Amino acid sequence: MQIPYTIEERPETGLNNSKLGIWVFLASEVMLFGGLFSAYVFLRLAAPEGDFAYWGSKLNVPLATLNTLVLISSSVTVIMSWASLKLKDFEKYKLYMGLTLLCATIFLVIKYFEYTSKFHHGYYPSSSNFMAIYFTLTGLHGLHIIGGMIVMTYFWLPAGNKLWHTDPEHFTNRIEIAGLYWHFVDLVWIFLFPILYLL
Amino acid sequence: MMVMRWQLAYPETPVPIVGWLLGETGILLPEIYNSLGAMHGTIMIFLGVVPLAVGAFGNYMVPLQIGAPDMAFPRLNAASYWSYFIGGVIMLSSFFMPEGAARSGWTSYPPLSIFESGQTIWLIGMVFLITSSLLGSMNIIVTIVQLRAPGLSWWRLPLFVWTQFVTSFLLVLAFPPLEAAAILQLMDRVAHTSFFLPSGLVYAGATVDVAGSGSPLLWQHLFWFLAHPEVYVLILPAMGIVGEVLANNTRKPLWGYSSMVYASVFLGFMSFIVWAHHMFLTGMGTAMSAFFQTTTMIISIPSVVILTSFFISLWGGRIRFNTPMLFALSFLPMFGIGGLTGLPLGIGASDIHLHDTYYVIGHFHYVVAPGTIFALFAGIYYWFPKITGRKMSEALGKLHFWPSLIFMNGIFMPMFIQGLAGVSRRMYDGGEIYAHAQDVLQWNEFMSISAFLLGAAQVPFIINILISIFNGEKADRNPWQATTIEWSAPSPPVPHLNFEGDVEVYRGPYEYSVPDAETDFLPQTEK
Repeated sequence: MQIPYTIEERPETGLNNSKLGIWVFLASEVMLFGGLFSAYVFLRLAAPEGDFAYWGSKLNVPLATLNTLVLISSSVTVIMSWASLKLKDFEKYKLYMGLTLLCATIFLVIKYFEYTSKFHHGYYPSSSNFMAIYFTLTGLHGLHIIGGMIVMTYFWLPAGNKLWHTDPEHFTNRIEIAGLYWHFVDLVWIFLFPILYLL
Repeated sequence: MMVMRWQLAYPETPVPIVGWLLGETGILLPEIYNSLGAMHGTIMIFLGVVPLAVGAFGNYMVPLQIGAPDMAFPRLNAASYWSYFIGGVIMLSSFFMPEGAARSGWTSYPPLSIFESGQTIWLIGMVFLITSSLLGSMNIIVTIVQLRAPGLSWWRLPLFVWTQFVTSFLLVLAFPPLEAAAILQLMDRVAHTSFFLPSGLVYAGATVDVAGSGSPLLWQHLFWFLAHPEVYVLILPAMGIVGEVLANNTRKPLWGYSSMVYASVFLGFMSFIVWAHHMFLTGMGTAMSAFFQTTTMIISIPSVVILTSFFISLWGGRIRFNTPMLFALSFLPMFGIGGLTGLPLGIGASDIHLHDTYYVIGHFHYVVAPGTIFALFAGIYYWFPKITGRKMSEALGKLHFWPSLIFMNGIFMPMFIQGLAGVSRRMYDGGEIYAHAQDVLQWNEFMSISAFLLGAAQVPFIINILISIFNGEKADRNPWQATTIEWSAPSPPVPHLNFEGDVEVYRGPYEYSVPDAETDFLPQTEK
């Protein structure tokens, strides 16, 4: 039994099931990071004058700027991979999806160097509330990156992309959903970057 | 629970039957009392009512009531179930771990929860349970929006589907902040951060060595931002079930159906801006208190709208007093008591006296125990024929209902008396050491005996289920002469398909006793 509107859109809503599902899921993600962002505001207001700015100056702004650019590029490539599928160009899709995964890997490698240099200087989550919220927010964001990479790697490898050959529209929808998630993860970083590194 | 009630009624007396589990003396120790209290709340809410009301009834009945073959995402459904299973195993296994189960109350207030043992495993279990609820409620939202049968417009949805819809939104939007709070508390415990620990905190006679400048209030804000909507997660599906049973057994349409739908949606919205009425005594300031006191008074309006509509629905009906109807009927006064006793708690001034007393325990138990749980019983008796194809025994059902009603009140009514006298909750000795409590302590034994008898009153229910599954009276597809769509499916429904053919909907959900109609009910699927 095929469940209705898995692939095609329901006329009144103009959505298929998965697209509505991912929007609801992203709403819950907004609340998750929203909760943590409000914790950040709460702690910043409660902290001694200048405490957050002092600890914030220990972070590496050039590396984070580079990371921001890397993530924005990955947002572009993930859109391109979906657009390639819409244009029925499967080889281009493989290329752009591969580039997206590459960007995600570069992001994580840079993040790894940032983390280890913090540990090297003796800055741990327990050092101050700023460091605590920094590690929590970026750590959770990093987990989201890894989650997205697992899904996109699956769609990149033959095991996941064989659906293209039997039901191209279904596969294209899946890439669109993964792309929406990926944009959200990028968007979170766009918020994290200024509040942690620049303020 | 009964072990705790034994301790309150007969302090320092070895517990019978299960006493050997508690150590050599068989006396309940304070630490274990605290564990039992914390785990009672956690298990009842996160492993009991939410999975039953949303996970079980929502999953089973929503597709049937909207004429869909299945939920929108069957795999997500399985993921939700297994996540719940893992979370449940983690929670329950914590009793047997060397650290013991969590003992900081289901609210897990820091700073105590940062230092008390057993809390880490509680937090990990919670993350799984939260994930499960999230996945399940996403699925319900998408199912209701996308999979309604042709002709089933929004205003033809049964009340139960509406309440599930609102409940799912509450779960999707309110649970993540608790997940965030759980992550922060986990960091405090594992990575020794100080999100919830202020500077210069003294614990066990020594200053705690952390970075400091955190705030225990932050936890309370994040926690209650979930936990207040959670209250409506517990009550809304119950209201939906009661609506279904009432319409069916009064043989007339629900009075004020559209007002109830609007009230449910408004209730859902308001539940996000009342959370700090749990925090009047934290010193957050009178301006904050005034705001949350106002919103709390406003949120009582939609609840009253729904309850009043239910009462008026009874007017002029030809009421059938079967078991589901008895449970649904008793929901009305019981939830009424629970709701009305909440008003003094929602007003900052009177809350100063009542805060953290047994009055609070009485209040919310009236809402969830004879309220929600009775509605769930009504739902089980009502939908049992649909699920199994056999009816439950009416005689055993009534033997279950009447003692349950009496003993529920026997437990919770005296709590108001104790609470008004100022007896604090969560006391291992039930308040024995306090002079002001002496006049009301004799109620402890009364309440405990009621609790034991209430436990015994559930035996007919269990026997009823076991007997009826195999030997109950056979039910056809519509044994209650009901109108909603689930009754046009075979009993039990066709696996993975629910209905035999295509479903088409022609009318509203509660067309009972329509003038000039041949029968006193017109099913939604009939022209």
